[in-house]
Amino acid sequence: MAGYILRRGSVAVAVTIVVSILTFLFTNVAVDPAISMAGEGARQEHIELVRVQYGFDQPLYVQYGHWLENWLSGDFGTSFRQRRPVVDMLQERFPVTATLAFSALALALLISIPLGILAALRPNSWLDRITLSIAVVGMAMPSFWMGMLLIYVFSITMRWLPISGGSTPMHYVLPVITLAYYVLPPIVRLVRSGMIDILRSDYIRTARAKGLRRHTIILKHALRNALVPVVALGAVQLGHLLGGSIVVESVFSLSGVGLLAWEAIRAGDLPVIQAILVIMAVIYVGLTLLSDLLNAAIDPRIRVS
Amino acid sequence: MSALAEVTNLNIEFGSGPHGTWPVRDVSFSLNPGETLCIVGESGSGKSLTGLSMMGLLPPGARRRFGEYRLLGQSLANASDRHMEDLRGKDLAMIFQEPMTSLNPSFTIGDQLTESYRRHTGATRRAAQDRAVELLEKVGIAGGRNRLRQYPHQLSGGLRQRVMIAMALMCNPKLIIADEPTTALDVTVQAQILRLLNSLQEEYGMGLILITHDLGVVAKVADKVAVMYAGQIVETGTVAEIFGSPQHPYTEALLGCIPLLGRTRSGEHLRAIPGTVPALHGDLGGCHFRNRCDYARPACAGQPIDLREIGAGRSARCILVGDHQPRTEVLP
Amino acid sequence: MTEPTAIADYRILPVEPEAVSANRRLGQRIWANKGFVLGAVVLTLIVLIALFAPLLVLHDPNATNLLARRVPPVWHLWFDGDMKASWAHPLGTDQIGRDYYSRLLLGARVSLTVAFVAVVVSGIIGTTLGIVAGYFGGWIDAVISFFITTRLSMPAMLVALAVVSIYGGSLTIIAVVLGLLLWARFAVVIRSTTMQMRDLEYIAAAKAMGCSTLHILFRQIGPNILSPLIVVATTELAVAILLEASLSFLGLGVQPPTPSWGLMLADAKADLMFDPWLMMIPGIAIFILIFAINLVGDSIRDITSVEERS
Repeated sequence: MAGYILRRGSVAVAVTIVVSILTFLFTNVAVDPAISMAGEGARQEHIELVRVQYGFDQPLYVQYGHWLENWLSGDFGTSFRQRRPVVDMLQERFPVTATLAFSALALALLISIPLGILAALRPNSWLDRITLSIAVVGMAMPSFWMGMLLIYVFSITMRWLPISGGSTPMHYVLPVITLAYYVLPPIVRLVRSGMIDILRSDYIRTARAKGLRRHTIILKHALRNALVPVVALGAVQLGHLLGGSIVVESVFSLSGVGLLAWEAIRAGDLPVIQAILVIMAVIYVGLTLLSDLLNAAIDPRIRVS
Repeated sequence: MSALAEVTNLNIEFGSGPHGTWPVRDVSFSLNPGETLCIVGESGSGKSLTGLSMMGLLPPGARRRFGEYRLLGQSLANASDRHMEDLRGKDLAMIFQEPMTSLNPSFTIGDQLTESYRRHTGATRRAAQDRAVELLEKVGIAGGRNRLRQYPHQLSGGLRQRVMIAMALMCNPKLIIADEPTTALDVTVQAQILRLLNSLQEEYGMGLILITHDLGVVAKVADKVAVMYAGQIVETGTVAEIFGSPQHPYTEALLGCIPLLGRTRSGEHLRAIPGTVPALHGDLGGCHFRNRCDYARPACAGQPIDLREIGAGRSARCILVGDHQPRTEVLP
Repeated sequence: MTEPTAIADYRILPVEPEAVSANRRLGQRIWANKGFVLGAVVLTLIVLIALFAPLLVLHDPNATNLLARRVPPVWHLWFDGDMKASWAHPLGTDQIGRDYYSRLLLGARVSLTVAFVAVVVSGIIGTTLGIVAGYFGGWIDAVISFFITTRLSMPAMLVALAVVSIYGGSLTIIAVVLGLLLWARFAVVIRSTTMQMRDLEYIAAAKAMGCSTLHILFRQIGPNILSPLIVVATTELAVAILLEASLSFLGLGVQPPTPSWGLMLADAKADLMFDPWLMMIPGIAIFILIFAINLVGDSIRDITSVEERS
């Protein structure tokens, strides 16, 4: 088990480093950082001054070294656009994105696990067909359109909910629903298909042969095994939510990290772009590692080997 | 002595109409306490389904109808699912073929051993664990309480099957149905498991229905034998009667397929039964074996053939019963 | 003794099913699957529309008409009695009077072009990497798997946004960027399929017969990769379409005046309250397209997995 964690952990660290290098190369090679910083239309001498002053003329690996050093001590650079530490900007925006992501995932799990189980218990029934339809429709709907639809129905037509912004909890209802519907379909399909396969397995037949009650068999024996892949999927989906909420934040005008990334990209604000890309990678890698560990905890076959 | 279990006229149907199949037709047998009945047949003969129907564990889509089904005096022909649930694991237990996949990989074997005991008797965890350890010893697994903490994947196939047997015994069942319990195991382990089943049966006095395709197994453990072919029982009798003087052409052919040391001459072709098992749609009209039978004649088609009584507990489903000479000699 | 010529009918048992070739059976099952047929038909229709779009438009999609701004679709004439609606603009016009129907058709072109190019590029990259990693194993596999993990640790959307913001948003660039981003799932699936097959006995048999590695890869493993490949391709096609629409929606995709469904949706946001059809129409278009693609992919997956099981 310790070996397993060690191996996975070292891969995680290696990936993070590679991503940081790639990001650094991208933001310092593809774009001339001196120009970005000085601003477009700045005079040539000004650009050269900036270049020397901020060390953009030094060899790449030296620049990377400094950058890494700063990063490890918590300094993510200063935004070109707002002239503030990037760290502060991230800290302001992160709660919004985190709230959205975790709420959406929680809502999705809350709906999809019971629904998937019920659908698996009665395959081809009307409940099953409705469940599959929900999943299939959800996979075909772009999230920004879903958001707009919800706004149209619930904010404009019915006036139950506010249209945009993020000042009250009510403002979060529609965005969370939109995001939840985005991640729900793969989870519900996985739960359903997993349960269907498991309910046909030999060890469930053994459990029935022992005279265990139906709910014991479903909730104890079957669900336990069905949830193993759901954990991994949940972690991946959480990563997607954290990284992909750009469009939803845009539709609902929520000041989260996603919207920050978009603004930074449009403005060529390299430090912010760098920081967000690297942090996203860290989160993804961390979540994958977490899901591997959770898997090992749940599935004894991985743990005791 | 009243019978422990009695099945009369069991029919199992899948689907309906032109696509319906009848994998089991008109199956009847009985079993006394302490007896071992072997149901022999090849794959597709309906023997596993017969066992499953006694447990109430048929797959969805299967419909069963008993003429009568009595266990310990109760009639279970129309028992509710709830009733069967209460009986399973307690008075009625089953052991399956595949020890590698029959245990839940996510739970310890201690958990899986104790849960049915606690469910049926309300015992405490401690008491259930004690019983589990006791039974593990009985089936030849040493290691006491520590074993209970192990997971199925840490045990070999043979050990897992022993665990399955222990699990079946937890609540002292009166009847155990074993569906090909040794087929998936090594030959040496097979012998051990069979000996184990035998000794446990002697000790606890339960009835055992052993479903198998292996005549060797039958020879070792059976008291009574029922031979099944294409969904029907084609012959019944004691093990000596079946091996000594088979009455049904199928049984005869089966026994004839076994090469015998000292009897089969070198260079002689191994005998096989030509043809294939019929698909079980609709009405097969007459004897199911007639397309492969050496003794077939016109009367074999048309009317369904009944099981004819030849003696006490002895019957055969053939119109020629008593008329023809068996071609295999008496086995040693 | 029974004579061969005298096998009487009393011996014959009722009908046995006739044998059909495996491929023909597969074909039968594919076309019997209603999901597949529906999806394939709709998809083909949309592809044809995209191909022949310039011939099918009613007006120049870029021609603005300030006198006919925000004209509602023709059914508003029947249901709302709105006299501005007419068959001249069956799906209405947008905020600067461009015919919505024509823009919708051209938008199909954009979506499908970008998506197909992206899937072909990423498919080639991903399949090659997957086969190499799966077949050769060892350190080659370790390296490629590392690349895959690294790629999967970066949100595609952000990377695409960043790249497009620097190099501009033309059709070609977006298609290429997506192609260079979406290969990961191909690689994962093809790799695991290859690994499963590498361990099968007939590969060992082929090697024992002296078949060269290339031969094994092409003739033995190749055909079996086809069905998972198609399934992944449909998934990634849908992903590519959604990504392109999202990029355009955020203003960092295809640039105006080229019509893209994502752009049309972005423009529609401001008019949500009074002219909701501006949002509904391109949204429904994207939905139908992706739905059809998913139907095809899902049904192929269902059919081929059942085949494997039996």
